[in-house]
Amino acid sequence: MTQDNNNYADVKNPLMDVLRHDRMPHIWCPGCGIGTSLNCFARALEGCGLNLDKVAIVSGIGCTGRTAGYINLDSFHTTHGRAIPFATGLKLSNPELNVVVYSGDGDLFAIGGNHFFHAARRNMDLLVICVNNYTYGMTGGQVAPTTPLGPTQTTMPYGNFENSFNLPFIADACGATYVARWTAYHVKQLAKSMQEGLLKKGFRFIEVMCPCPTLYSRRNKLGDGVDQMLYYKEKSTIKNEANTKEVELSYQGDIIVGKFVDRERPTWLDSMNNHLSKALGDSFSPYGTNGGNHGQD
Amino acid sequence: MKADPKGVLTGVHFLDGDHAACEGAIAAGCRFVAGYPITPSTEVVERFAARIPTVGGLFIQMEDEIASSIAIQGAVWGGKKVMSVTSGPGLSLMMEHIGFAVWTETPCVWVDVQRCGPSTGLPTQPAQQDMQQIKWGSHGDYEIIAISPNSPQECFDLMIKAFNLAETYRCPVFFMMDEVVGHMTERVEIPSADKIEITPRKYTKKKPGEFTLYATTEDDLVPEMVKAGDGYKIHTTGLTHDERGYPAMTIQAQEKMMSRLINKIRQNAHKLVDVRMDSCEGADVVVVSYGITSRIAHAAIDEARANGLKVGHARLVICWPFPEKLFAELAVKVKAFVFPELNMGQMVRELDRAVAGKAKVISVPHAGGTVHEPKIILDAIVEATR
Repeated sequence: MTQDNNNYADVKNPLMDVLRHDRMPHIWCPGCGIGTSLNCFARALEGCGLNLDKVAIVSGIGCTGRTAGYINLDSFHTTHGRAIPFATGLKLSNPELNVVVYSGDGDLFAIGGNHFFHAARRNMDLLVICVNNYTYGMTGGQVAPTTPLGPTQTTMPYGNFENSFNLPFIADACGATYVARWTAYHVKQLAKSMQEGLLKKGFRFIEVMCPCPTLYSRRNKLGDGVDQMLYYKEKSTIKNEANTKEVELSYQGDIIVGKFVDRERPTWLDSMNNHLSKALGDSFSPYGTNGGNHGQD
Repeated sequence: MKADPKGVLTGVHFLDGDHAACEGAIAAGCRFVAGYPITPSTEVVERFAARIPTVGGLFIQMEDEIASSIAIQGAVWGGKKVMSVTSGPGLSLMMEHIGFAVWTETPCVWVDVQRCGPSTGLPTQPAQQDMQQIKWGSHGDYEIIAISPNSPQECFDLMIKAFNLAETYRCPVFFMMDEVVGHMTERVEIPSADKIEITPRKYTKKKPGEFTLYATTEDDLVPEMVKAGDGYKIHTTGLTHDERGYPAMTIQAQEKMMSRLINKIRQNAHKLVDVRMDSCEGADVVVVSYGITSRIAHAAIDEARANGLKVGHARLVICWPFPEKLFAELAVKVKAFVFPELNMGQMVRELDRAVAGKAKVISVPHAGGTVHEPKIILDAIVEATR
C-alpha cells in the first residue's frame, strides 16, 4: 500500500505478477469455482519461495484446461486428456522444473484416466490439481466419471445411473505421495495445501470441488454459486488422514475434506538414477543432477 | 554444428534397419524417447533404452502411443531433441498429436516401421500403407515432411537429416521405414562425429520481455524458440493463437496462422526435393519408387534395360512434400511412369496430380505382406512402353 492515501495509481494487486493480466477477463462464468481455485494457486505460488522461472503449468482441455493460460508461468495448454503425459515429458526433459498439471475431472479421469494411473504408479514428480465440478462444462453439461448417482446431465437426461469415481481413493491406490481434497469454500486450506503440494516430491494430487452454476447447478435446481458454497460449508468435515476408501462423494451428501495421504516414495527419476548407478557403475552419470543440462539442446 | 561424439558409434557395423535408425537418432542428438512396444518397430526403442543411459538422456516406456506422442512434445519444450517410434496401429492412435506438433511448431521425429493393415493386419510383414495417413490423418490442414530410407545405411544417414529438418522447419518429420528395411541386416558405416553436421535448435538470443513466441518475418516463416525454465514464461496452446501464443478465436487469426504454417513448408518445397534420379534423361519410361520397393524395382529395371528398353528410375527419398514440379517437368519428356508401392495406390495419386495427363501413369499396387515380384513391375514397364 502506498503511504499517500490520495494516490491509488500504484496500489498493486499482490497476485499481479503471478497472473497473466493481459489475458483478463477470463472465460469462466459468474459463480464458477475454477477462478477461486486459481486464486488459491496464485497465493500458493506467491508464498512458496520457489523460483517461478522454474515452475511450469500444463493443462488439458475444458473449462479448467484454460487455467494454464491465465497463470504467468511457462504454460502449456495441451490436448484433451493428455496433460499428464505432456508434463511427464517436460519434467523428465528438464528435471529442474517443478511441473504442475491443472485440469478438470473429465480431462484427467475419463479420457486421461489411464495416464493418471500410470503417472501415479511411476511416482512421476508432478503436482496434479483436479478441479472437480462433476460435469463437462465446456461442452454443455454432460455426465462425467465424477457425476454422483442421481443428478440430471444432458447425456443422462433422466438422472445419472452410472457409478462415479472416488478420486482420492484412486490416487492413493495408485501410489500418490500426497492426496488431499478441498472445496472452493476452503480457500485458506486449499492455498496452504497447494503450497505444501508444490514443495513436496513425487506424484501429488489435490482434488478441488467446485460449483458449476451454469450447467450442473441450474439443471438440477441447486441454486447459484453461493448456494453451492453454502452446501460445501454446511456438509464438509475436515478429517485429515481419513481412510480414502471412506471419502466417497454422493449427490449433495456429506463431504470429507482434508489431507488424506502424505508419504515418501522414490520418484521415477530417483529410482532410475539409483538403479542405473548400481547396474552400470561408473559408465553412468546420474541424469538430471546437473540442472537438467544433458545432451544437446 | 558437429555431432556430440558421445553418441556416435564410429566404425563399420552389421546392423538391421531398426538398430541403425536408433544409432542415427542418437548421433543426431536425440536424448529423449517415449515409446510403446509394437512390431516391427520395437527394436528401435529397445536399443535406445540400452544405449542412452551412458550417453546422457533417457527412455521411458509410456502406457500407450497416445501418451508417447505427447510426452515427446513436452520433452521438446523442456529442451531435448526427441523421437517416438511406432507402427500402424500405434500411428493411428498418435494422429491427434501430429496436429498438436504442427500447430504448436514443436520439432519432433516420428518413426513408423510400416506393417500391413488395416487394423492389426499382418503385424510382422511389410507394407507402405501409412503414406497418406501421415499427411491427412490428423484433422485440419497441415504440411509435414516424410523421409523414406531403403537400407540400414540410409536408416542411419537419413535419420540425421530427419532430425535436422525437424529443427529447420519446426514441424513433425516422419521417418517412413517398413518391416523389411527395419529387419534386414547390412553393412552400416558410421562416420566420426566431426563428419556429422547437426542443425541446432533455433533458440532466440533475445531476453525475456523482448521475445514473442511466434513472431516471424516475411523472409523467415519459422519462429525462434525457447525452452521452459529460462524465464520467458511462454504460453502455447493447440487453440488457434496469435504471435504471443495466446488463444485468438478469430477467422483472421486462423487465416494468418494457417497460411504461415502451410507456407513455411510449401515455399521451401524446392529445398525439400530429394529424388535419386537414375538415367531419367532420354528415358521412355520412368519407374517411381520409395523405400524397400525401390530395391525391388531395381531388379525389374535392370532386366528391362537388358531387353533394350529405355527405363529411368526416380526414387523418392523425401516423399512429403511431394516433388510436384520435378515430375511435372519430367512428364513432358517421357511416355509413362510406373509406380510400384506396397499399398493399393497411395503416393501414385500425388504423381498423377503432378503429371496432369501429360504422360501415362501406371500404378503397380500390392496388398502387402511381402514385396513385389520384380516380374510384375517388369510387365508394367513393358506395357508402359507400348
